[in-house]
Amino acid sequence: MREPATEMISIEKKPANPLIQTWKIFFKKLRKNRAAMVGGFFIVFFIITAIVGPYFTPYAPETTDVVNKLAPPSADHWFGTDHHGRDIFSRIIHGMSITLYVGFASVILGATVGVVLGIISGYYGGRIDTIIMRTMDVLLAFPGILLALAIVSVLGGSLQNVIIAVAISSVPVFARIVRGSTLAVKQLEYIDAVRALGASDFRIIFKHILPNVSSPIIVQATLSIATAILSASGLSFLGLGAQPPTPEWGAMLSDGRNYLYNAPHVALYPGIMIVLIVLAFNILGDGLRDALDPKMKN
Amino acid sequence: MVTKSDSTENILEINDLRTSFFTEDLEVKAVDGVSFTIPKGKTVGLVGESGSGKSITSLSILQLVDAPGKIVGGEINFKGENLLDKSEAEMRKIRGKEISMVFQEPMTSLNPTYTVGQQIGESFMIHDKVSKKEAYKRSLEMLKLVGIPSPEKRIDQYPHELSGGMRQRVMIAIALAGNPELLIADEPTTALDVTIQAQILELIKDLQERLNMSVLLITHDLGVVAETCDYVAVMYSGKIVEYADVRSIFNNPQHPYTVGLIHSLPPHDRDIEGDLPVIKGAVPSPSEMPEGCRFAPRCPFASEICNTLPQLKTDERGNQVRCWIYTDEWDGDPEVNVREKERTS
Amino acid sequence: MLTYIIRRLLQTIPVIIGVSLIVFSLMHLIPGDPAQIMAGESAPKEQVENIRERLGLNDSYPVQYWNYIRDAAKGDLGSSIRSGRDVTEEIGGRFWVTVELAIYSTALSVFLGLIAGIVSATKKYSWQDVTLMVLALFGLSMPNFWLGLMLIKWFAIGFDLPSWIPFIENTSWFKPSGWGSFQQVVLPVITLGTGGAAIIARMTRSSMLEVIDQDYIRTARAKGAKERVVIYRHALKNALIPVVTVVGLQFGALLGGAVLTETVFAINGLGKLIIDAIQARDFPVVQGSVLVVSLLFVLVNMIVDITYRYLNKRIDLN
Repeated sequence: MREPATEMISIEKKPANPLIQTWKIFFKKLRKNRAAMVGGFFIVFFIITAIVGPYFTPYAPETTDVVNKLAPPSADHWFGTDHHGRDIFSRIIHGMSITLYVGFASVILGATVGVVLGIISGYYGGRIDTIIMRTMDVLLAFPGILLALAIVSVLGGSLQNVIIAVAISSVPVFARIVRGSTLAVKQLEYIDAVRALGASDFRIIFKHILPNVSSPIIVQATLSIATAILSASGLSFLGLGAQPPTPEWGAMLSDGRNYLYNAPHVALYPGIMIVLIVLAFNILGDGLRDALDPKMKN
Repeated sequence: MVTKSDSTENILEINDLRTSFFTEDLEVKAVDGVSFTIPKGKTVGLVGESGSGKSITSLSILQLVDAPGKIVGGEINFKGENLLDKSEAEMRKIRGKEISMVFQEPMTSLNPTYTVGQQIGESFMIHDKVSKKEAYKRSLEMLKLVGIPSPEKRIDQYPHELSGGMRQRVMIAIALAGNPELLIADEPTTALDVTIQAQILELIKDLQERLNMSVLLITHDLGVVAETCDYVAVMYSGKIVEYADVRSIFNNPQHPYTVGLIHSLPPHDRDIEGDLPVIKGAVPSPSEMPEGCRFAPRCPFASEICNTLPQLKTDERGNQVRCWIYTDEWDGDPEVNVREKERTS
Repeated sequence: MLTYIIRRLLQTIPVIIGVSLIVFSLMHLIPGDPAQIMAGESAPKEQVENIRERLGLNDSYPVQYWNYIRDAAKGDLGSSIRSGRDVTEEIGGRFWVTVELAIYSTALSVFLGLIAGIVSATKKYSWQDVTLMVLALFGLSMPNFWLGLMLIKWFAIGFDLPSWIPFIENTSWFKPSGWGSFQQVVLPVITLGTGGAAIIARMTRSSMLEVIDQDYIRTARAKGAKERVVIYRHALKNALIPVVTVVGLQFGALLGGAVLTETVFAINGLGKLIIDAIQARDFPVVQGSVLVVSLLFVLVNMIVDITYRYLNKRIDLN
């Protein structure tokens, strides 16, 4: 990393940002990574389905059909019906946007806070660094979804609160990664050069450090969306997230729990959908990591 | 062709060895038709710049080349038997027992999770099927042999508790545990401090005489060669360019590359004025390997004929050189003297 | 080493204080009057006042917090609003169920994860490697509560097998709920252990691949060691060291994940206690359980860090 940087300094007047060369290589590598392309393709497919799908579903998600309660999959109802006779396929298509929304919203929220804290921590160091990182340690001391669970339990069960809770529990990972990368970038010679040219802290952070820590952020964000979807559906499954009759997949699974004996399809399909969407994000995340940041290990 | 009399004289004869690395779209010929011999009880130096293929040659002898590297041809005759015909199980009996190896990096070549004694003892347990207790006893002997101070204490220590020089002594102890007939030392002193380098070389030389081993010493340092070797093979871009006894190499080098190497050595007897002469240019990359003599692009004498590959030519004393200058086909200056011209230019 | 252990112990103190502070604050983050909410919407005024008094909600926050950690240090986590029993007592009976579940699941995930990781690494890019890594990716992407439901459907409720299969008529082999007997333990342990197995398998694979490239592996081969010895004696021992950390983290994650698994299988552990308490708005119990689980996690992490440090001391070459 150091060599090209110094070389460029001698050619141009302005210190070069080593990132520019990296993006080209990144896209080249990403195109070669077939798994990542497949993951990305599925995510795009899910997003499109979430947007246009609801206009084409055979039934409305809330339409009940008392005659056809718990009907097994058939030509009329591809994934069968639930205990109110609602069409599961239609509900899944309508729930797609909720799942994606929860995943993206919570991670964008959590990542933003985490990145800001991580940069402040890494760039300024000292006491503020200690305070921030100790706080992150405390947040990480709650295992798994326990923190999100505790937050939702006091805020009350709703989709909004699930997003807040999941966001809070994803903050520490970003803060830690960004802090580490910031420390590493701060030591690069070209940052010294930029500072020597009289750039302000603000400018250095936004123009030079942020772009350089972007690859680990992107990788982590992708993987975090997968985790966030799992956590959020788990909270909904426990009755602490989306409330009925919202066609949220975790909540649908919770309904299906009571009919495992005679209508297992009610629990089967929402679960398969969660697996597929989480799998797509995990595959893409793995591929991005291989392409962007080979040194980063899980 | 190997005759019976040759094999009693030479412990190792390498014929036309070829080892290549295969990447997605090209074959990199790291070792490209290497031939040389190691006489019994002698030390042969294999000299070359990094990337010349000398380490790969040594790894090929023990068939330890990692994928994507692969031996693609040639013969490695050890005591008259071709090692390339042996099965993996047969090779395992040879590794560490008849042919041993010491590596360049003592810092990373020892397993960090086992004690020194365990790592030396493993050789005894593999080849002599001795008990743990016996292996421990013999390991202690080995540590004494390689001159490690307070061996009773060191034997139970982990590699991270030892200095670089001591670790290399341990590596030598591991290598000698099987009482091998041939020791391959791949740049054994490169990673060490200068003072330690001399000690390790002295140790190898001393042990060679005491145990009557043959040694293949791989190095880029001609100074090391002058002090330790009986014969020298000079390697360039996967090929041997010159093979001769050590006296001839230094007094009467034939190949322009050898001459260049010797001239870039700092002289012992006088101060130098200005820079040491260096060989201009760099080792050709595998993708732009010249068709003819590999050294031609950097050779001050290169002529028309150098665009075709010269063969190794053996003189009456058994010394070999791969250069057109010493053939009848030579089309350059008939009066050329590689040593004179290099000095004045 | 001793100084590291002491330093690591000292580092734990602010974390424990932080955790207790957050757990304490939970009660005050409740929108509205916590006493009213806990008592119920239509509770008489005296009852609300009674709860307020019992929880010390009339004191200032610092006084409340001080009382809370002082009592907690003595093992007094307050009493349940619902049952009136001591929270410590409520937790006590269920604590070991959850720990047992987490230990069995960790054991399963270590066992499966290591085997899969080693096979994958030693047969890099083979069909076995590809199959195992695809499975691991699925394991990683599966909501464990859904896996639990499916396991109940397939192996507790079971389905009838075709008559040409001898001896076995159906697959209702295990029990769908409860904890204790072998038939009750199997499905929850698989449910909870699968995700961990996937993570450990991936970690072991990458760690093994890194170690196999090391110089000392070549040294072992040069000694004439058999490939099996090279892999298991020389590579695995080094490769396992980073895996230790993951196993520790995994154990903690399982403590958290147990909430869902215990709900699915109706196991009376800490996880289900938390959920039941949340639904009953029994906040002292929620606080106490979350505190206990988190402190256990902090403790496990500390032990893992110290172990890792001890093992890694030798690894750290330069």
